Amino acid sequence: MREQEPSSTTLIAALSIAGFLSGIIIIAVYLATFDTIAENKARELREAVFRVLPGVTRMQKLRFDGEALVVMPDDAKDDENTIYGGYDDAGRFIGYAIANGGPGFQDTIRVLYGYQPVGRKVVGMWILESRETPGLGDKIYKDAAFVANFDDLAIDPQIVTVKKGTKSAANEIDAITGATISSKAVVRIMNEAHAVWDQRLPSLAPRLKPQQPESEK
Amino acid sequence: MASSKPGSKHSAYEEMIKGLWRDNPVFVQVLGMCPMLAVTNSAINAIAMGLATFFVLVGSSFLVSSLKQWIPRQVRISVYIVIIATFVTVVDYVLLAMVPAIHKELGAFIPLIVANCLILGRQEAFASKHTVKFAVMDAIGMAAGFLLAMFALGSVREILGEGKLFGLSLFGDNFEPWVIMILPPGGFITLGLLLLLFNWVTERKQAFIAQVAEAERSKA
Amino acid sequence: MNDLVWIFISALLVNNFVLAYFLGLCPFLGVSGKLETSFRLGLATTFVLIITALCSWFLNTYVLTHAPYLRLISFIVVIASTVQFIEMAIKKLSPALFQSLGIFLPLITTNCAILGLAIFATNRGYGLGEGLIFALGAGAGFTLAMVLMAGMREEAEIGNVPALVRGTAFNLIISGILSMAFMGFAGLFSST
Repeated sequence: MREQEPSSTTLIAALSIAGFLSGIIIIAVYLATFDTIAENKARELREAVFRVLPGVTRMQKLRFDGEALVVMPDDAKDDENTIYGGYDDAGRFIGYAIANGGPGFQDTIRVLYGYQPVGRKVVGMWILESRETPGLGDKIYKDAAFVANFDDLAIDPQIVTVKKGTKSAANEIDAITGATISSKAVVRIMNEAHAVWDQRLPSLAPRLKPQQPESEK
Repeated sequence: MASSKPGSKHSAYEEMIKGLWRDNPVFVQVLGMCPMLAVTNSAINAIAMGLATFFVLVGSSFLVSSLKQWIPRQVRISVYIVIIATFVTVVDYVLLAMVPAIHKELGAFIPLIVANCLILGRQEAFASKHTVKFAVMDAIGMAAGFLLAMFALGSVREILGEGKLFGLSLFGDNFEPWVIMILPPGGFITLGLLLLLFNWVTERKQAFIAQVAEAERSKA
Repeated sequence: MNDLVWIFISALLVNNFVLAYFLGLCPFLGVSGKLETSFRLGLATTFVLIITALCSWFLNTYVLTHAPYLRLISFIVVIASTVQFIEMAIKKLSPALFQSLGIFLPLITTNCAILGLAIFATNRGYGLGEGLIFALGAGAGFTLAMVLMAGMREEAEIGNVPALVRGTAFNLIISGILSMAFMGFAGLFSST
């Protein structure tokens, strides 16, 4: 009563056809959404840079090539040596936006912070990526008071997390109650980034302003 | 499990409606909430995940039921998984392009839709044995039931855990949110209590029907 | 080195796959009736998780660097076929081992914890060593949760539980309490 057993060639053929078709569909969707996704990411990054560096209206991608900062085209691939220079309307240099990632409580946290080499201080912090516990750890970007900690923060000798309400020095951060681990992770990620970039940045004069005024989108 | 025999006199409408309550995938069959419980910490996340699952389930059921005579029995499961994974990848990219904010919240859990036992279960138990029309109706019903359950979980957890619904504050500033409800234990406990409620309602309904039947018999 | 210890502890206790990520909930609720079975299932799952970590690392490093969009589909296909292959090998080589673990293997492949491990390890950019430790921790955590759950359910069997509550609803509420207990392990982290 059962139909004849199909040969293994038939089985392999069926599977290959299924795999082939699915591959075509996936690649089509990937290509169709690629531009939108890249655009979203670029816009998100631009907004984040403008947020962590108050007064900045233009940015350009910079990369440390081992000796100096080089201006990179906007569509260059980012790596750990990439940072962003922020400039105001007149093209004057304001500060650097530096991104770094590290382990948080649950998953990797990626932080972007604005740094002004002139006053040696942090002027803003933005969480690019985080999957911290909703309700507790996610306060590192949902709690406005915590984020405001970073608006005018001395970076020397290093940033220190203290218990909520005990902030007394310019380099201290009030931790979030119930999310001490996530708060400390953010600070640790920033300190690590600063340790790397501190020697690279001050020796260098702020880069030339972007050659072409960026078209507003 | 809950597959009706092919050829029985079920209307397509009945196939659809059964998923909402009588055979609700979450409350009755306790299927498909594996990793999904993790994203029910707010109503909007729950709905987004429910809709993504809806699309994958209906799409896979449609394809599986229309291709069923060409899929060799021995490799059917692999073919189903390939079909499901394709739909999930499509959803993943579309969400990333259209609503990046939601994609960020759901993050790693979108690919896990593949492992949702509900979807594979419906292909094996229903779509592979029924016509396209019935399979799609069944998938719509099951997916809607799943969406409903996700929404119930998400809204309960958001209301109690944050005092909000869809991000709107409900109780004013004096409400101290039960943070535990949006943490993992809250997920287990809320689903447990909802199941309890569901059982209770079902039992009361049956008791009521029995009572009515009893009364009619004594009248006769 | 310290990092590896944290990855292990985190996957085992603090971010337990079952109790914090809801991964592998189907077997956790379905097969946790008996202590003995739970333990064996836990061991078999740990084994598959380690294979998964190897496969996903290999795919990520050598195959998927230029085609990230094929990640999901290749993970599933490769993991499922590898496990099936190993199942056949065990059946041939050691019938005794197959008796105790092998029967679970096909069930485990469709378990969300397997795919979850591959995806989490990829997202966090784990290397081979970290991935293996992560798999070991996740497997041990899964086994621990299964065994604890089975122990409580065996106790509850003889307890005085109302008929309406018995079943999945009851198991879920127990899991909630267990999950709450596990949240206490978060304190382990504060020393860093």
